[in-house]
Amino acid sequence: MSVFSISNTMIELNEINKSYVTGSNKLHVLKGIDLKIAAGEFVSVMGSSGSGKSTLLNIIGILDNHDTGIYQLDGLDIRNLTETRAAALRNRYIGFVFQSFNLITFKNAMENVALPLYYQGIPRRKRNRIAMEYLERMGLKEWAGHMPNELSGGEKQRIAIARALIAKPRVILADEPTGALDSTTSYEVMEILKEINKEGITIIIVTHENDIAHMTQRIIHLRDGLIEHDKEHDN
Amino acid sequence: MFDLDKWQEIFSTIEKNKLRTFLTGFSVAWGIFMLIILLGSGRGLENGVQNQFNSSASNSLWMWSDQTTLAYKGMKPGRRIQMENSDYDMIRNTIKGVEYISPRNYIWQNTTLSYKREFGNFDIRTVYPDYGIIEKVQVLEGRFVNNYDIEKFRKVVIISTVVKDALFKGEKPLDKFIIVSGIPFKVVGVFTDQDNSNGENNRVVYLPMSTAQRVFNGSNHVQLISLTTGTATVDQSKQMVDEIKSKMAAKYKFDPNDKRAVQIWNNVEEYAKVMKLFAGIRLFIWIIGIGTIIAGIVGVSNIMMIVVKERTKEIGIRKALGATPWGIISLVMQEAILITGFAGYIGLLLGIGLLELISKYMPPSDFFRNPDANFSIAISATILLIFAGALAGFVPARKAAAVKPVEALRDE
Repeated sequence: MSVFSISNTMIELNEINKSYVTGSNKLHVLKGIDLKIAAGEFVSVMGSSGSGKSTLLNIIGILDNHDTGIYQLDGLDIRNLTETRAAALRNRYIGFVFQSFNLITFKNAMENVALPLYYQGIPRRKRNRIAMEYLERMGLKEWAGHMPNELSGGEKQRIAIARALIAKPRVILADEPTGALDSTTSYEVMEILKEINKEGITIIIVTHENDIAHMTQRIIHLRDGLIEHDKEHDN
Repeated sequence: MFDLDKWQEIFSTIEKNKLRTFLTGFSVAWGIFMLIILLGSGRGLENGVQNQFNSSASNSLWMWSDQTTLAYKGMKPGRRIQMENSDYDMIRNTIKGVEYISPRNYIWQNTTLSYKREFGNFDIRTVYPDYGIIEKVQVLEGRFVNNYDIEKFRKVVIISTVVKDALFKGEKPLDKFIIVSGIPFKVVGVFTDQDNSNGENNRVVYLPMSTAQRVFNGSNHVQLISLTTGTATVDQSKQMVDEIKSKMAAKYKFDPNDKRAVQIWNNVEEYAKVMKLFAGIRLFIWIIGIGTIIAGIVGVSNIMMIVVKERTKEIGIRKALGATPWGIISLVMQEAILITGFAGYIGLLLGIGLLELISKYMPPSDFFRNPDANFSIAISATILLIFAGALAGFVPARKAAAVKPVEALRDE
């Protein structure tokens, strides 16, 4: 079912520590995270606010640096990367889906979806054609020319998912992807993510909603910067 | 650098903030406009004054005599010094560096010229052939005074276009005889003289010096001697002046320090002074102009700062999607350069347009004419603009590139 073998480790974290310094306070957010996620897994990360789940996701997404520990993404050691290299890795490996969609407001749906390909240097006409294919997959072909503020939350999130997928990433990271959506739409979005996962793309979502988490294959609970428990389940 | 997508990005952001972009651009346009106007005006001033020097050779010396003011070797001050033909010969033969030289006298007694029934009063100057070069006389028909006239005491006259119009009323003047101060002279040339606005040098006829001395008063007196100094530097010209003065002092027995006995106007020195003054004025104008532009640059930089601040989240999103720092820097820089470049170009056009209008509709005067901003000014201004735009974009662009994607995404 998958193009990648399940036993392949996609993400491996060893003793990851991260703290933030705010003024004279030092906030230890991640206190030694050990985690292995195989290629093709669909994982949710749960925890109360301040448990470090978003920080963990940012580190996995190379949006933030970890202080100590080893992070390997598909066998690549992620450490001391230049901004340029990090940008390239994000572009090729990781697709992001955010709670607040983070679409660029002055670009229409198609242009938003095509943006990652712009950073790959793909010519405009070609990337717009590819973007239309992905919009069609999301059932949003008719909305291609619309600006984000003309779309509903569910539509925006589907556009964001299309944008995350367009660069054919190995991993999709979704930070509260359903946080701003009603339950019907939330389920629709989760169905889409499941479909994507079936194609072999590793998906990690951060959520605090139990029903959403239970739609994934594995739930990791964080508490005070440590993994409290890590359960696989069938659904 | 010149990829279409980036330009589309830039235009779409500019379109979002039309008023802000306009206000930013305005400060730059104003700066360039002022610079062009200032440079053009300086140019006009310079052209005006330079034009005054065009009246005669800018490397000329003009020498005349007056009374002594200092007692010398038992002689009282107040003695009149009168120059003679021999002074001309002496200077020509003994002073090094003399290029062209001619004495010049006015005939004072009777300045009436007449031809048939037409007559008028004009200045009558008597000169040697070299004077035409020193005074920058432009001969339009026939010729100027020549050596043959001098040697043979020929009764010939060269008239200005003004005299020609007054006396001949459309008749051809060459080889006709006009009455100069009661004596007939043959017209051999017609001239015009690019002159100061009062046209004094155009209300003139020229006679050969030798003829005039013999015909009118029989004396060998000289009122003025003019000469050019070739390529002499200011110092060399001053040395020539000193030499001439000391020779004259020895000849006429007056104190070499007498400022009045023999006086020499040194055009070389005056010209150099004026050129120095204009170099100073130009420098001053550039300083003011650049100051104005810097104000514009700071404005653009400020606006770009705000743009970067406002777009922090967008920059974060772009970075998450794979934008490199260079991608962000070049985006901001290009926007800054585009705004400054475009606005500056508008200012440049308006400035040059205004200067064109001024030089077209304002009559040239002694102190102001043709205030043109030439091609080299436009080129320097363009280079300045691009540099200014890059400078304006640099700090904000670096700030934008330093944005951490997480921080940016958190920004609401």
